[in-house]
This record gives sequence, C-alpha cells and structure tokens, in this order.
Amino acid sequence: MHYLMSVELDQSGPRPTEAEQERNFARVGAVNDEMKAQGIWVFAGGLLPYDSATVVRVQDGTTTMTDGPFAETKEQLAGFWVIEVEDLDAALGWAEKCAEACEAPIEVRPFDGLA
Amino acid sequence: MDLTSVYRAEYGRCVATLTRLLGDIGLAEEAVQDAFAVAMEKWAQPGEEVPRNPGAWIVTTARNRALDRLRRESTREARHAQALLLHQPEETEEVGPVRDDQLRLIFTCCHPALSPLAQTALTLRLLGGLEVPEIARAYLAPEATISQRIVRAKKKIRDAGIPYRVPAEAELPRRLPPVLTVLYLIFNEGYTATTGPLLRTDLSAEAVRLARALADLMPDEPEVLGLLALLLLTEARRPARTAPSGEIVTLAEQDRTLWDRELIAEGHELVRRCLRRDRPGPYQIQAAINAVHTDGPASDWTQVLALYDQLMVLTPTPIVALNRAVAVAEVHGPAVALAAVEELDIPGYHLLPATRADLLARLGRTDEAVAAYTEAITLATNDTERTFLETRRADLASGRCRS
Repeated sequence: MHYLMSVELDQSGPRPTEAEQERNFARVGAVNDEMKAQGIWVFAGGLLPYDSATVVRVQDGTTTMTDGPFAETKEQLAGFWVIEVEDLDAALGWAEKCAEACEAPIEVRPFDGLA
Repeated sequence: MDLTSVYRAEYGRCVATLTRLLGDIGLAEEAVQDAFAVAMEKWAQPGEEVPRNPGAWIVTTARNRALDRLRRESTREARHAQALLLHQPEETEEVGPVRDDQLRLIFTCCHPALSPLAQTALTLRLLGGLEVPEIARAYLAPEATISQRIVRAKKKIRDAGIPYRVPAEAELPRRLPPVLTVLYLIFNEGYTATTGPLLRTDLSAEAVRLARALADLMPDEPEVLGLLALLLLTEARRPARTAPSGEIVTLAEQDRTLWDRELIAEGHELVRRCLRRDRPGPYQIQAAINAVHTDGPASDWTQVLALYDQLMVLTPTPIVALNRAVAVAEVHGPAVALAAVEELDIPGYHLLPATRADLLARLGRTDEAVAAYTEAITLATNDTERTFLETRRADLASGRCRS
C-alpha cells in the first residue's frame, strides 16, 4: 500500500538557525537513505515556508488567485514522504523514525489510488 | 443445543477465521451471517439437528457462500478476496475455527490506530458476538455512538491497511495493554450482564479462554498472567455469587465451600509467579486483591486496602477509588469511607449510589440510605442487581436492616 506521511510545523516562530537546519537535514537524509535501501521510498520533499504559497480558485469560470496558504493556521505543511509498504504497521514504524528525525508529529494516511 | 447459543459461542471464532480466509472483516461478517441463515433453515428441518461441531460447519459453509458471492461480483475487493480464498489449499474435510485467528483478530481490533472505545466495541462485537445495545450499556454510551464507532473502525482497518496478525515481540509492550483492557471488559460483561440474567457464563468463559491463549502466547508478560489470575479468581466465586433463587449474595455472605478450589489454586499460583517477577501492574494488583479475598476463611481487609493504595498510584480512576472506599469501610469504618465516596462523581454508574447507600445504612442514616438505593435502582439495568438493591431498600424501610 502507498502511504503519505506529512509533517506540519509551526512556522510562525523564529526560523531555525543554520546549524539546526543542517542537523535536521542530516537526520532526515539518513531516514531517506534507509527507506531507499529498503526499497519503500517513492517520493519525498521538504517545502519552503507557507508565505511562498499561492491558492488558485476557479468558480463559475472565473479564476482568482490569492497570496498565502489555504488557511492561516499556525501549523503548516512543511514536507512529506510517499512510501510503499505492506501495511499500516510498517508505515507507522517509518513514521516513528520520521517523527524523531523532524522532531515533529507525522500524519500517516493511505492513498485511495495512484494516478 | 439451540441455535442462539450456537451463534453466541461460535460467531466470534468463525468471523476470526473467515477474516483470515477473506482478508476483510466486513466480508467475513457477511459470510458468517449468511452461513448462520442457511444453518437456521437447515437445522430447523424435521430430522435435522445441530451438528456436533457447528463451528466447523459454519466456517465451511461461510467459505463456500463467500466464494459463490465473490464469483458473482467484480469489484476490486471481491477479486482480491476471491484470490485469497482460492489460494487456500482445497480442504477435503470440514475445518473448524483456528484459535490463532482469534488472537490475530483481537490484535487487529485493539490496534493503537483505533480509538480506545472503537477497540473495545469492535472486539466485543466481533469476538464476543455482543449486540450493539449490550456494548452501549457496558460503556454507558448511546447505541448510535457505538454503532457508528464500529462502522468507522471497520472502515479504517480496511482503508488504512491495519494488518491482521499478532504483532512482533518488539511491538508488544504498546500493543498489549488495550488487548488486556478489552478482555477484562468482555469478562465483566459476562459476569454482570447488562441485560437479562446476571451471569452470562459464555462471555466470561470466552474471556478466560482468550486470556489463557494470550498467557500461552506470552508467558513472560506479567500483566497477561495478572489478568488471567484476576479472571480465574473472580470466576472461581461465581457458584457462590447467586442464591438458588437467583439473587445476589455479597462477598461477606457467600458460602465459601461453593468456590471453585481448582480455579483458586491456579489463580494463586499465577499471582505467586507475578510476585516473583516483581514488575507490578494494575491487573497483577487486582489479582492480588482477589487472591487475598480467596485466601483463608475471611478477607484480610488491611492487606486489601494496602493493595488498593498501590493500585491508586498506578491507576487513579474514580472506579478504583470507589472500590478502595469499600476496603476503607472495613478497616477504618463507614464514616471515613463515606467521606471518600462523597467526593466521587461517576455519571450513570449505579454502584456509586449503591455503595453510598450501604455506608449510610451502616451509619444509621436510614432516610438518606433509602434515597441513595432509589438512585442506584434507577441506574441499574441488570434485573438481578435491581432486585438485590430493591430488597436492600425494602429491608431498610421496614427496619430489618443489618447493623
């Protein structure tokens, strides 16, 4: 099964220092390497902060674009993994590693289907 | 054996086995219900009778019915389930439910990705064969809530890919506690049935059976042994718990010669094994409390109170506090106990006003005791318990109460 593991971070506070960020990258990189070695890694990526987001809406043939994310909540999507594993237990095991690496909670959701 | 008792006894076992065969709980339930419908018709025919191993008959019939049904359907799930079924080696003789299937199913039902209420409701429904109203009563929750939880939990198991297997050793410490809670609840439902007669022996027996199987599988988990000991020591007193006419007999008034000495010996041995391991937990302490109650001609209440103090440290719930208050009454008198009970608030729980009533009666505060019994009677749903409370209240009102 394919699972999306997403991490939401509070990006309203001070940005992490460069040293913190590097440590973070190193930890997440190690998890990614492990996933690839196990053959369960499908795709992963980190996102730039939410102030870089734009929302596009089409309503009655009219397109509007607004600056910013869907909702101005404190916690915003910061990155995600897509993995392919046997079952939820396997996904939860990986989510634990990701949560440790990011020092943030991970939401695990199964895909309904893949294009 | 009539069909209702066959259903009660075999439903959970058959669903567990069919879930392995079909890879889906919903399909398994449908197949088992189909098979019971066939059985109902077949076994009611003149000259027919319930086979000696009805579970095996149900499993085989359910498997064949499921295969027929799946062949007619063409959804992705149906094809998947059919492939699983056809993958099973063709059996020439009837195959009964497999014990391991129930353990697998209980770990699936009690998966931490499900809410605690959903875990228990699902296990009671699928493994205990309880109906939704009975589960709602056990949980003091509305029926609609329980039914919704069960539907949602089954959907999540399927959608999120919650596996159908006994977890690996490393996962056990966090996978085990919800399983123990659920087994304890099933036992209690059998011990104090929410509706109908007081003792639903089959449910308690089922919980004991599952707890034994769990103890076989995990002999090094002291809380598993503790739970089994707790169930056995409670079960051992069952024969003395009701009088021949059906009413409840309190612990102090029970005829101890009626207790099942074999179960007590087994329970005590388990408690000793737990003590040697020295990793106490809530079930082990409750087992120890019951070991004290079943040791010698009368309960040593000082020891019982000391154990409740330990239990309060580990699980400081209002129910534990209420039970502790009963021990306090024996050691320090009803006035001290009443003060503790009056601080508690357990909405909908009849044993709170019932305990308060007993303490008030012992303090000679008859009018208040009668009022508290009335409150307890309103909340009690089990006929036998209600009758017991009504008798107490009537005795009090006519001035024949025990001092």
